[in-house]
Amino acid sequence: MDEALLRGLIPGVIDVLVRRGADFASAEDAVQDALVRALESWRVDPPRDPKGWLVTASWRTFLDQVRSDAARRGREAKVAHEPPPGGIPQSDDTLRLYLLCAHPSLTTASAVALTLRAVGGLTTRQIAEAYLVPEATMAQRISRAKARISGVPLDQTGDPSAVLRVLYLVFNEGYSGELDLAAEAIRLTRQLASMTDEPEVAGLLALMLLHHARRASRTGAAGRLVPLARQDRRRWDTGLIAEGVEVLQAALRRDRLGEYQAQAAIAALHADAQRVEETDWVQIVQWYDVLVHLTDSPIARLNRAVAVGEADGPPAGLTALAELDASLPRHTAVAAYLHAKAGDTDLAADLYVTASRAATNAAERDHLIREAARLRSR
Amino acid sequence: MAKYLLLKHYRGGKAALNDVPMDRWTPEEVDAHLAYMSEFAARLEESGEFVDAQALAPEGMWVRYDGKDRPPVTDGPFAETKDLIAGWMAIDVDSHERAIELAGELSAAPAAGGEPLGEWLEVRPFLDAPPTVTE
Repeated sequence: MDEALLRGLIPGVIDVLVRRGADFASAEDAVQDALVRALESWRVDPPRDPKGWLVTASWRTFLDQVRSDAARRGREAKVAHEPPPGGIPQSDDTLRLYLLCAHPSLTTASAVALTLRAVGGLTTRQIAEAYLVPEATMAQRISRAKARISGVPLDQTGDPSAVLRVLYLVFNEGYSGELDLAAEAIRLTRQLASMTDEPEVAGLLALMLLHHARRASRTGAAGRLVPLARQDRRRWDTGLIAEGVEVLQAALRRDRLGEYQAQAAIAALHADAQRVEETDWVQIVQWYDVLVHLTDSPIARLNRAVAVGEADGPPAGLTALAELDASLPRHTAVAAYLHAKAGDTDLAADLYVTASRAATNAAERDHLIREAARLRSR
Repeated sequence: MAKYLLLKHYRGGKAALNDVPMDRWTPEEVDAHLAYMSEFAARLEESGEFVDAQALAPEGMWVRYDGKDRPPVTDGPFAETKDLIAGWMAIDVDSHERAIELAGELSAAPAAGGEPLGEWLEVRPFLDAPPTVTE
């Protein structure tokens, strides 16, 4: 059985257990246990009814746990007999699971881990590997997160924007190791979008699809970062772009703008240009204006300065940049880029070197050093 | 097997053989250097000797406890004269000689003019867990 298909069953199975009276934390543990066993045994002997198998296996685990807890405490078992199998869970219940896992009382890292496990159906080991931490650490993070939300009823509405933020962060993590977090984030966002008609969910999905479409062209040999302007656009995935644009247009028609729709619109405008020279920078600046208005984010302002530099020329971009706090992350890198475009090569090279020292990841640092080297060897 | 840490320094070590800052190389030389580094790590994974590799940002500060009910005291960013670690590679190898051999190879990554960088790497053995049989 396809592992992604198996993962898709997990929230529904948790839900069946919860409806049978299990608390969320125990249900989630029991399902994780069944999932790990499924991954081992299904390769050789896949069941005819995978979901039924998971429900039965995790319910037994749950009962065993309750019984041994009860025995330890010298009390009678809370659950005396096995109730009838639960019905097909409603999408509402999976939606509630998303909200619970992104509960505002959780730290971001905990919400991400819990979402990947309970909604994403990933094992603790897979999540730990993806985030480069020991498995025991990730297990602890998840169990503390569950303890923290143990009092929160599953039907209590949470904060939908927190769910989007969690999914956005998972997507942005990209992929290291075997697990493709970007693809996982798309799967979860797609599932969420099928359960709600909130335009921002569609906006986030569109944003992910449009960025994912460019993935193959974003890195060169040995993980080298290839900036948008120099990407081989023939390698962009036109299928994903078409889907992203369609999802975005449907969202925009609802006339309830939000930050993800605005970001997706910018990505769509880039995707629309067959050659970098055809980029509609004037419209991109307009969308950045929308984004700045919606979020007041300094990062949006910084990216806007780059777009202004393209639309109205480097001096205009530098003027826009001058209005921003110089301590912003990537401020120096943007200055270097605009000065290079203005033909101020020596200054730009120096700025690239300075910017490389402030880079927060190795690929970006190497890219900035390479840009300095490129300018100096001209 | 014994674990060793190969430490790379931003500054504080002795000057490399081919001591030209990276932004003065050609972009192709930069690419060749980075490709060598990632191939080196891949090769050690292949041979079963790779443990971990990490790069550190140059920014940082000193921090220490400053008494009960007081926030920790900080000192920094680092002074320009401070010895500064740029990153490391941890390896698990059969012998001390093998650790030195690998450090030599890592130090030979191509740099300006395609010539080996020849930077000084600090090689530090890990302290092991106590053995079971001691008599």
